[in-house]
Amino acid sequence: MLTFTLRRLTLFIFTMLVLTLLSFSLSFLFPGDTVINHSGQINATASELQLLNDAYQMDENIFSQYKAYLSHVLSGDFGQSMASQSPINHELKALLPATMELSLVALLIAMLTGIPLGFIAAIKHNKTSDNAILSLAMLGYSIPVFWLGLLAILLFSITLGWLPSAGQISLLFEIEFVTGIQFIDILLSDSPYKWQAFSNASAHIILPACVIALAPATIFIRLSRAAMIEVLAASYIRAARAKGLSFNQIIFRHAIRNALIKIIRHVGLQFANLVTIAMVTEVIFSWPGIGRWLIESIYQRDYTAIQSGLLVLSCFIFIVHILTDFIYAALNPLARGNKYGS
Amino acid sequence: MAVLTMKFNCLLSLALVSIVSSLVGCSENESLSLSERSIIYCSEGSPETFNPQLSTSGTTSDATSRLLYNNLITYKEDNTLGPAIAKSWHVTRDGKKITFYLRNDIPFHQTSYFTPTRNLNADDVLFSFNRILDKTHEYHDVSGGSYPFFQSVKFPELVERVEKINDYTVRFVLKRNNSSFLANLATDYAIILSKEYAEQLIPTNSHHEIDILPVGTGPFLLKDYRVGSLIRFYRHDSYWQEKAKIEQLVYDISPSKTTRLTKLLAKECDVSSYPIAHAKIAERNDLQLESVTSLNVGYFGFNTKKPPFDNKLVRQAVSLAINKQAIIDTVYRSQAARAKSILPETSWAYDKNTPEDIYDPIRAKSLLEIAGYAQGFDMDIWAMPVQRAYNPNAVTMAKLIQADLKKIGVKVKIVSYEWSTFLRRLSLGEHQSFLLGWSADHPDPDNFFTPMLSCSQSKTVNNRTFWCNKEYDQLLQDALETTSMKKRKQYYAKAMAIIDEEVPLLPIAHSKRFQARDTNVQGKILANFGGISFHHVSKVPLSATNESESNDASVQEVEQ
Repeated sequence: MLTFTLRRLTLFIFTMLVLTLLSFSLSFLFPGDTVINHSGQINATASELQLLNDAYQMDENIFSQYKAYLSHVLSGDFGQSMASQSPINHELKALLPATMELSLVALLIAMLTGIPLGFIAAIKHNKTSDNAILSLAMLGYSIPVFWLGLLAILLFSITLGWLPSAGQISLLFEIEFVTGIQFIDILLSDSPYKWQAFSNASAHIILPACVIALAPATIFIRLSRAAMIEVLAASYIRAARAKGLSFNQIIFRHAIRNALIKIIRHVGLQFANLVTIAMVTEVIFSWPGIGRWLIESIYQRDYTAIQSGLLVLSCFIFIVHILTDFIYAALNPLARGNKYGS
Repeated sequence: MAVLTMKFNCLLSLALVSIVSSLVGCSENESLSLSERSIIYCSEGSPETFNPQLSTSGTTSDATSRLLYNNLITYKEDNTLGPAIAKSWHVTRDGKKITFYLRNDIPFHQTSYFTPTRNLNADDVLFSFNRILDKTHEYHDVSGGSYPFFQSVKFPELVERVEKINDYTVRFVLKRNNSSFLANLATDYAIILSKEYAEQLIPTNSHHEIDILPVGTGPFLLKDYRVGSLIRFYRHDSYWQEKAKIEQLVYDISPSKTTRLTKLLAKECDVSSYPIAHAKIAERNDLQLESVTSLNVGYFGFNTKKPPFDNKLVRQAVSLAINKQAIIDTVYRSQAARAKSILPETSWAYDKNTPEDIYDPIRAKSLLEIAGYAQGFDMDIWAMPVQRAYNPNAVTMAKLIQADLKKIGVKVKIVSYEWSTFLRRLSLGEHQSFLLGWSADHPDPDNFFTPMLSCSQSKTVNNRTFWCNKEYDQLLQDALETTSMKKRKQYYAKAMAIIDEEVPLLPIAHSKRFQARDTNVQGKILANFGGISFHHVSKVPLSATNESESNDASVQEVEQ
């Protein structure tokens, strides 16, 4: 396990280095002065500009510049937003938790619906229910998310009036910002309307989370279906059957566990896809997350915000990826072994 | 691995429980109590500041003036002046000294950042006005030192000094008589700040906070503001008048008009500013669309210093050739009143006998012949590039005018620049004619006549027709110097007749301001002019509306 951990860590460090290199080079590729792109200080006076040049070592060679940039990033200094002139790490601290909350809930929904449906399809392989689930998955996968989001608002918010269409929680509730993850903040708060706030926040997250979950859920359907079919064809299942185990015993004791291992490997990959969908969804549902902020920054040509936002978002995705890898390794001893390690 | 699967199962059941509980929690019954006592208003933008002295933008005064502050005097329902902070006032015969007698029972807001130790008194009034008048005042230059409304009415030139007679008596000494002075004090901008709060900010050198974290005497106090997201107000519980009926007021800042509509339809806001899809809102039983005719005018102005519009006959001919009703139906979608003069018909000074030039292209053509332009001529129209209440789409309007004028042989070229360039080049007089408008700051008729067409304004900012008529200016001067409403009305009637004869501009429409709200929100929000107010707004409990609806239904059944 130690070698595995070390291996992942080095992979993480090197990937992050490549990512910072990319975001560093963006400052040169974007129009405008490089040091202003780094720092976001568009209104800097000549003396302030000189200080910035020193801080980012702009007079030195490109390697020292990169080193200076890296030390800024590592100390959490992403410069300030060109549009709002407030420090980017403050904005990220306020926004990233909302995106994490939304995407994790969406991932949960995708897994909870997609995986069981995939298993059912595999068990009823080549029967009507299998075909029905597969066509549903195909349909769900082909619907563009921005269209689905608008349809969902039209149906569930406007026509039926069941669920709210925008934001994280009704503005009437005052929840103090502690972690930024709304549900935790609500539980920590001492508002007399705590439980009303909780149910209100839950109602707010259902629609965007389901919209995000649809496409990944269809992928989970296919993955789990394929994994289950493979497992069911394995010799140990045949052996179990021959031993006279009941169908339920075979599925629940042996097949599901082994099929799940194969799926968990893909969760990390799917998460990147999911966050991309979440960014668009955040715009549609006015969700105060990093995706909406990043898209607005692109509109406003806020280069400092774009590069730092991309860096932090990809870092977040990568961490989730590695975490799922760890879970996979913990569940599957084969993956930890040196000879099978990737 | 078994342990892990168990954990997974636990997670699964937890998630299921939370989803189910949240679905159950969706029914609004539990939060009824809170939402019944609060109102969410979907506003169109963020205020620039929380001190309306510093801004003339409608969004700012909507979010500040009548919520956070009070004036010395105020406009009553019938557009006449009435008492507010000043319980009464006295004007000397020459009109140069105005004494206000203040109430002594007006407390300031108690907020997380300020606790008042005394009620409002003459010092606060002096502080609020000296900040504007006295260039050496400690607070004059805080937040930019620009007081656009007061500068536009030449307040600093008019007021000689403000005196404190005693703790509850204040006297304004004017350099000359000006009958719109009181009206200016009743606008959204002439609010009273707390001197005690200002003094508290000085030691920490945080002067600017007076305009960011406001303290006033109004029916609501500021609780929380997040730029671009929300403004939260609480009720001011020791308000000197009747307390506001709602406890919490939230401005949900939603610049996108479709978002505002969605939120309104999904019941996420109770009231929405500037709604779109009027027909859709009107056809729903649970929503209500309301409008007021604003004190503004959209007009088509002529550059009277440049040929051919230096000729009165040409101006008359062109205005006769324009089909105003078609413009109102298309550009304003019939949501505006046709303008007969620059003054809206709702103003007390409006003269019912004002004639209106009726669309008459044949007479226009003959007038052009008399003026020596029988073959027509080429001209340009400068259409403003931005959308305003008084002119929602100037370019379309220009195209309609272009088509109308083609019929009398006039060829029109439409010109449009980016807004600031547009205004700058207009002030240089590069145009022949232009589409623009004017929004009044208060209902005093002078606020239309002087800024739009007086000689002094033709040299500075507002009068882009460069029209200057001594007789007209004299009438305005006379009207300001008399205090008799009847005489003023006569003077203004004569002034309107001059405009009608000389046609420096063609008034087109007085637009309406729209607002949509849920039917369970009751009370007046919109005013004819100035910012909105939530002081008298209340919410009918949901259960009560359901009952009344069922009552209605039963009545209908009986009728059938």
